[in-house]
Amino acid sequence: MINHDEPVPGEMLPILAGHTSAGRLERVLRAGHFAVTTELSPPDSANRHDVYERACVFDGFVDAMNATDGSGANCHMSSVGMCALLTRIGYAPIMQVSCRDKNRIAIQGDVLGGAAMGVTNVLCLTGDGVQAGDHPEAKPVFDLDCMSLLETIRGMRDKAEFLSGRKISTAPQLFLGAASNPFAPPYDFRPYRLAKKIAAGAQFVQTNYCFDVPRFTEFMARSRDLGLLEKVFILPGVGPMASAKTAIWIRDNVPGIHIPDAVIDRLAGAKNQKQESQNLCVELIQELSEIEGVSGIHVMAYRQEESVANIIQRSGVLQGRTPWYPGRDEQLLQESSGK
Amino acid sequence: MYKVRRWVVRHSRSFETIYQLFEKLLVKLHPLLAKIGYQRMEKPVAKLEQLCKGLLFDCKMCGQCALSSTGMSCSMNCPKNLRNGPCGGVRQNGNCEVKPQMRCVWMDAWQGSQAMLSSDRIHIVQLPVSHNLQGTSAWLRKVRQVVQYQESKKR
Repeated sequence: MINHDEPVPGEMLPILAGHTSAGRLERVLRAGHFAVTTELSPPDSANRHDVYERACVFDGFVDAMNATDGSGANCHMSSVGMCALLTRIGYAPIMQVSCRDKNRIAIQGDVLGGAAMGVTNVLCLTGDGVQAGDHPEAKPVFDLDCMSLLETIRGMRDKAEFLSGRKISTAPQLFLGAASNPFAPPYDFRPYRLAKKIAAGAQFVQTNYCFDVPRFTEFMARSRDLGLLEKVFILPGVGPMASAKTAIWIRDNVPGIHIPDAVIDRLAGAKNQKQESQNLCVELIQELSEIEGVSGIHVMAYRQEESVANIIQRSGVLQGRTPWYPGRDEQLLQESSGK
Repeated sequence: MYKVRRWVVRHSRSFETIYQLFEKLLVKLHPLLAKIGYQRMEKPVAKLEQLCKGLLFDCKMCGQCALSSTGMSCSMNCPKNLRNGPCGGVRQNGNCEVKPQMRCVWMDAWQGSQAMLSSDRIHIVQLPVSHNLQGTSAWLRKVRQVVQYQESKKR
């Protein structure tokens, strides 16, 4: 999908009728394309080139990158900082906002700042507990929860006012996202919780790692019964694991990740576990993309970022589409004139 | 107390009824409360409330009680203070991500709410907590709200 109104990097696309943001992700999803998003892990450095190097490995394969906000409660470059760098060269990242580290004053300020820089997508998260990360002695804030965070930002966008009711002169135009974990109990409450998030303002949803397809299918069926599928774009999460050992470690140590034994057995039994994990990832993407209500895929490949392009390519879900990246249109133009 | 609060959740339906009766009683006492002055009543009632609800629900005195929407499981016992449902970190055994020995407050809330008459109240999005109400009486606040509502309907 090539936008005829593509602006120079750093400027915003015009907002189309019926859209709430100027972002490419919303355009791709609303146009009915299968969207691909990924996670950009922030560097532990103050060097902007570290961010650009990490971002460019996804060029041409993803529609948006999640700039994570202290994921796993570990300290890294801030999501606002990453977004500042990425928007400078035209990327429209998904700014993750976690309730763990900031109160409502700081969060609303960040949302305004982010939107002013060109952030068009915000993912509202509660955040992992501080015990999971490298600063377990930190003070957990949790002033808002992901639900009230969604409502707060929606209010900033739609009513042009802060939570306090004070007016905002130019409202942030955002596409609002939330996370969902169908793989954690209480399973029968999960679709209702999704309904609640939609009621609070979620327009797209990314899920945690999906290895348990039957469980996910059940979740989607219940969500359909509740009439949620027409109201939200759902992007299940997938990702390769480096080995069976890594998978076991992740299952035991990272909150909210459910990996069935069958998956671990399959990886453990393979000659090349890394390769097998990528094969599984491709199969999962293909399988998930067939499920009713799935609008895209969210690939999380921590420390295996270079494998994402290949996984997406092999899955075939882009159907020949080349998502935007800095310099894409010039390159496509060159290629077509060279032919 | 952990054991007591889990027992309460298992009897959420009974506690719902008790609470409804208690609310009616408090509303009846409104003229008396108003005469003495809500300001003056605030401290002793808050103390009493803390004692009762502390014992039964491990109440944290947030001052804006949502027990009737959370299956009689106090959501302020969630280490993330979630007011709108369980986070994605709930362990496969139903225990808390942060405190592995504790049952997820929202696992209990979901179970408790489904036994109650107002089982659909758990689906309503709760407002963010007002931290400036911490330590104040939710009972007195509720009575004033109910009375105000009744009076506005009369007009």
